[in-house]
Amino acid sequence: MKKTGAQILCESLIKEEVEIIFGIIGGAVLPIYDTFPQYPQLRHILVRHEQGAAHAADGYARVTHKAGVCIATSGPGATNLVTGIACAYMDSAPMVAITGQVAKSFIGKDAFQETDITGITLPITKHNYLVTDVAELAKTVKEAFHIAQTGRPGPVLIDIPRDVQQEQTDFVYPDKLDLPGYKVVSRGHPAQIKKAAKLINESEQPVIVAGRGIIISQAYDEFKEFAEKAQLPVTHTLLGLGCFPGNHILDLGMLGMHGTGCANMAVQNADLLIAIGMRFDDRATGNTREFAPNARVIHIDIDPAEIGKNIPVDVPVVGDTKSVLAALNEVIDRREHVDWLSQIEQWRYEYPSLEIRHSDELLPQYIIHQIYKATKGDALVVTGVGQNQMWAARYFVYTKPNSLISGGGLGPMGFELPAAMGVKAGRPEEVAWCIAGDGGFQMTIQELATIRQENIAVKIAIINNGYLGMVRQWQELFYERRYVDTKLWNPDFVKIAEAYDIPGIRVKRREEVIPAIQKAMEYPGPFLIDFLIEPEENIYPIVPPGESLAKFFEPAKPEVLEGKL
Amino acid sequence: MTSTKHTIVALVEDKPGVLNRIASLFRRRSFNIQSLAVGGSEHPGLSRMTIVAVGNSAQIEQVRKQLDKLINVIKVSDITEENMVTRELALIKVKATASTRSEIMQIVGIFRANIVDVAPGSLTVEVTGDENKVNSLLGLLHDFGVKELSRTGRIALTRGSSS
Repeated sequence: MKKTGAQILCESLIKEEVEIIFGIIGGAVLPIYDTFPQYPQLRHILVRHEQGAAHAADGYARVTHKAGVCIATSGPGATNLVTGIACAYMDSAPMVAITGQVAKSFIGKDAFQETDITGITLPITKHNYLVTDVAELAKTVKEAFHIAQTGRPGPVLIDIPRDVQQEQTDFVYPDKLDLPGYKVVSRGHPAQIKKAAKLINESEQPVIVAGRGIIISQAYDEFKEFAEKAQLPVTHTLLGLGCFPGNHILDLGMLGMHGTGCANMAVQNADLLIAIGMRFDDRATGNTREFAPNARVIHIDIDPAEIGKNIPVDVPVVGDTKSVLAALNEVIDRREHVDWLSQIEQWRYEYPSLEIRHSDELLPQYIIHQIYKATKGDALVVTGVGQNQMWAARYFVYTKPNSLISGGGLGPMGFELPAAMGVKAGRPEEVAWCIAGDGGFQMTIQELATIRQENIAVKIAIINNGYLGMVRQWQELFYERRYVDTKLWNPDFVKIAEAYDIPGIRVKRREEVIPAIQKAMEYPGPFLIDFLIEPEENIYPIVPPGESLAKFFEPAKPEVLEGKL
Repeated sequence: MTSTKHTIVALVEDKPGVLNRIASLFRRRSFNIQSLAVGGSEHPGLSRMTIVAVGNSAQIEQVRKQLDKLINVIKVSDITEENMVTRELALIKVKATASTRSEIMQIVGIFRANIVDVAPGSLTVEVTGDENKVNSLLGLLHDFGVKELSRTGRIALTRGSSS
């Protein structure tokens, strides 16, 4: 029996075990939406802006380790996906984005709602397709999911002209792939593993920089064994938080621009840097010429193009972190680094990472830490971008694997709400906290309607300082306090929530924090807390842009509120 | 690290948009292409592309790895250090008067180039060879007045029976 392109798409998605699709209907995807009722096993979540669909698919993908699927119509629908696709690309999240296109005969004629979305997304997708023949559609979907989910994951876009959705052909889902130009190296080269092991065994002051690659390949056990066996202190990139217990004695927290003093000191004084599943982002390295100046570098990554891209590497190991770490665990010596670890403990004491200063105002660090305490770390934390993101990274202790979801590479404000929606939809049994900034929250605020319509029980904490806070902090520190266009007039977020039929409360004082968090957690559905924090609170330490990690600074030690929390 | 000229040869799928993917990659990563030549290969459905890019060895290694990541690129190698045959073709339209025509034809003969078109005020010369040969001929014809020039850019294969 012949099937339409739209039916073939839906059946192919089912073959790929897709359960949820985030999207918005429109003219060029009408035939696809028209077939949805035939396939009730595909749950479509109607978002309010296509950016929300892409971020939601991204959030879903990061917590399920399956490709997130989003769909948009041609033209503006497709271009609205772009920020979310770019975010997934930067952070290596698997995604299949489906866009409608004008009918084939209109392509290139500047038709209504026509845009060259394959051209636009060329540099922000792992691969993309324009399907001009319905007979190619099933094969294309199969390839798209394979490419998105294997190797270094990433987004793949499929652009389908409206007439192709309506044309008919026999549906055969291919068993085999024909991708001669797509190779994934999963096992590390034995000679490289041997060389890496030798450096590790000989090192006196080793440090690991752990990235999201460990989470992507779910190498938590192998990684823990690796760090413990050779007694290797662990620092994390932002997206590497949650690959190793944050309360472990070997854990030093995040490195980089807003990293802990201890992590940055360890990296700058290491004789060996073991970088795993990370890409030496400038926010992690600071000035690359002065980065880890005394260290030899081992770089383990599945993407050969990451080796030597930003930092010269002594021993590269190209492969999947899970298999490379398992192989390394066989050949590294069990070791102790007593002197090095006592030096690290000295730094940890000198630069305590969880201290919160005394203040009459409500401090964001306190709020985040109380969310950690209330959830006992058993929550998925989805952040926005800026100060809220850094406070969330630093004052929540990530003890649960893969519990921080953040737009790390692209840094898109407005990621938090739709991504949290996708996270909670993908893992409904988990508690999902959305840590939003008041600026970013307003960039995708319309998704409150989606959350309400689908009753997605996200707990929203707005860290509200009435500023575009991170930029204000830079203006304060590097632009002589000229706060140009960073002060925000904000609406009443509690009333906004109420208008969306979502309960919310405002918190202004410290003693209200714990009861508010409790209330949010006890409520069975979505809940919003608007935390009015000290407006000019900063995130410290900070490494000024372009400086070495050793140049981190924070103001003179103030009176401490709670000591080491 | 010093910048030098590198010859990169890529076997790519002959599909719409592939050239754009490759050109876009060079632009996106700020790599400079000096020439790019593309045409059929011994495999049906695959084209062979010869790219001449200038950069230091680390940059060129990045180019090669980034190209290799493209799904439509089957194989890519930097053959600069290998024993290779390179050729370029150029068409040169040079001003020719009754008094200079025979001199031009002599030069063309020395270079084993061909005259492919003769007109009252000009001659069109076809030359094939490595870049030095094309450049030398151009240098000599320059004084007569080059009216138009079209070069294909380098194409290259490694020598010997290995592929």
